Amino acid sequence: MKTILDTGCHIVAQAAKSAKVDFVSAYPITPQTSVVEEIASMVQRGEIDCRFLPVEGEHSAMAACVAAAATGARTFTATSSQGLLYMHEVLHMASGCRFPIVMANVNRGVFAPWTIWVDHQDSLSQRDTGWLQYYCASLQEVFDTIIQAYKVAEQIKIPIMVNLDGFVLSHCVMAVQIPDQEIIDRFLPTVEPAWRFDPQNPTSYVSVTGPDLYEGFRTSLHQDQLKALDLMVQAAREYQELTGLYHGDLLDLYRCDDANTFVFAMGSMAEELKLSVDILREEGIKIGLIRLRVFRPFPKEAISKVLPEDATVVVLDRNFAFGHEGGILFSELKDALFTRRDNVRLLNQIMGIGGIDLTYQYMAEQVKNLLGL
Amino acid sequence: MATSIKDLPRDEVVMKGHGACAGCPSTLALRIAGKAFGPNAVCVMTPSCTVASLGLIPKAAYDYPILNVCFATAGSSASGIVYAYESLYKKGKLTGEMPTVFTWIGDGGTYDIGLQAISAAAERNDNYIFICYNNEAYSNTGVQRSGATPKFAATTTTPQGKMEDKKNMPLLMLDHQIPYLATASLAYPTDFYDKLVKAKNTRGFKYIEVFAPCCTGWKFPSSDMIRISRMAVTSGAWLLYEAENGKIKFNGPTAKIMEGKVELSPLEDYFSCQGRFASINRAANKEEIIAEAKNKILADIEFMKKRAAF
Amino acid sequence: MANKIYDEKYPVSYPMHGAGGKTGDWRLLTPRIDREKCSKCMLCWVYCPDAVIDRETLEIDYEYCKGCGICARECPRKAIVMIREEE
Repeated sequence: MKTILDTGCHIVAQAAKSAKVDFVSAYPITPQTSVVEEIASMVQRGEIDCRFLPVEGEHSAMAACVAAAATGARTFTATSSQGLLYMHEVLHMASGCRFPIVMANVNRGVFAPWTIWVDHQDSLSQRDTGWLQYYCASLQEVFDTIIQAYKVAEQIKIPIMVNLDGFVLSHCVMAVQIPDQEIIDRFLPTVEPAWRFDPQNPTSYVSVTGPDLYEGFRTSLHQDQLKALDLMVQAAREYQELTGLYHGDLLDLYRCDDANTFVFAMGSMAEELKLSVDILREEGIKIGLIRLRVFRPFPKEAISKVLPEDATVVVLDRNFAFGHEGGILFSELKDALFTRRDNVRLLNQIMGIGGIDLTYQYMAEQVKNLLGL
Repeated sequence: MATSIKDLPRDEVVMKGHGACAGCPSTLALRIAGKAFGPNAVCVMTPSCTVASLGLIPKAAYDYPILNVCFATAGSSASGIVYAYESLYKKGKLTGEMPTVFTWIGDGGTYDIGLQAISAAAERNDNYIFICYNNEAYSNTGVQRSGATPKFAATTTTPQGKMEDKKNMPLLMLDHQIPYLATASLAYPTDFYDKLVKAKNTRGFKYIEVFAPCCTGWKFPSSDMIRISRMAVTSGAWLLYEAENGKIKFNGPTAKIMEGKVELSPLEDYFSCQGRFASINRAANKEEIIAEAKNKILADIEFMKKRAAF
Repeated sequence: MANKIYDEKYPVSYPMHGAGGKTGDWRLLTPRIDREKCSKCMLCWVYCPDAVIDRETLEIDYEYCKGCGICARECPRKAIVMIREEE
């Protein structure tokens, strides 16, 4: 284990290197750009044994990753905002192909108007593409999650998006522990892909289906998404055993044990919220934080288990669900808890859109307001 | 030394009973490509007639490993395969001879929606063969105009005939300074075969466009597919050439046309046997239209002569 | 040529004859080769979009021949004629 001090973008590149990816294709976009620059440089310097394909756009970047995965190669890409939106149809293809591509998405608000700063609209708009989604709160978690993502993606054969907040994480420097390569290699064995080009035994992949089979393929993708929950927990635990590094299974819980009030959020703001919780605790509020690490599949059971029957949950959304009350996390959580029919009370606020700075003092204040205190 | 028909390999990648229309040029072209590339090849297809004729899962009509991809991604998908293969072979994760990578794309996926990614792959000189089978329309969706539809041809979106000239895609690709480019015609299958073999043995980005008269879209009897392929060449409507490292060489009847050894066959004959040009026959200014089309062909020939002399 | 039952998870297809059905049923006119006239130039074989003409024997596989008529049209000796088959 060694410790390095670097930016979020460079840590993403370091994770791709540690995962020993065979193939990277990416297109630069602020604030992801230095991921591309770093990987391209690593390849040119010979620090990573991989081919880097400098495509002309994100649609091509994802297409190239999907096609590369069809050779059996371990593939990686990174994008942000408009780039992710531009990939949209190919994201559906990647999950439909059941290829274990891992992608880092540096969260950024979407056009129009232009913004380069963080919110979660880009990745949450890809909710139904069939991809699994992690959200990170520190650079150590970014590194560890990318490694864990390969483990899970290759086991369940579904692509995974690892999200980190633009600038707040991507451009911030933190100390990150990098496990020994031999440990990562042990954690990430080679897995046979769902399908590969095989001239000796030629088959066609993802051609045309009638209604008789199409629904079955889609259903199995959905069912396997749900199965991924267990694999994500296993991956987090196994990684912890091997490295001692741990950020929670599906959720990162902070001071939840005796709490009756909870803040529910994800991304870097959720890490900041730990300080807000400390302030509110000092004021006598029995409050805890549920930081969502995994948004897809939505860890319904795990969340429900944390909440007592008279719990109040303050959901803080860094996104809009246009035309519907509250943000996307709020809707998801309401939906997840609907069948409980007890006294759980949900409150919601949308904040931090387009990079508005979310300090712990500000969020503590907002939580108090929502609670009517 | 050109290959003779009897020397063509016996490999068949097109299985009997595929779903293409009777007299389909794409499947015939794919048959010849299979002979040229042999079994060690992998293919990318975008939505097109060829995919529609492939058969429904779990059946496939073509005996190649084929990955179906999004419409606009032929260029980048094939690049992804090539780069990934290069990585895996270098690392020793795959061994033996690296397969030939090729795309099988209609004019819609080449001239129009796919152009950006193809241009980028050509600029990078990625090592694969881009094959466009050009049936001069979006045939798979029921024959709408494309960037390859010639002026005056009727399609379902140009029912009175297209008002604009087609773009010159092969020339556009040539100006990407790629190591090998060729146009081909199914009427000259051994010429097509030789070009495919040459492409297979050339490193870098190769572009081959084969003219593919579609009886369904162009409205002619299926039995005339080869005849019309031939007439397109002899009338000058389709020029046969290849370019190694940018140096253009005309082939077959086109070479004789360029040398002035043969006259162009009447364009009227080429138009009159296709229903898509029926409006020309009905037009009051029929002579004028044919003269305009002829002049365009003559101008193209003059331009290509000069281009080849560079 | 594998003949496998489809995989429920992965949309794989396997090469086989008749992927588009018994396409001989599509045929309106049927090609017949006159062996006396045939010079075995192989043009019919090379021009067949359906690969139904045998390279060795020039036998036509009528189970799949769609009757496009290219072979008859292109035969330099007019050794192939298209005939209307009776039921």
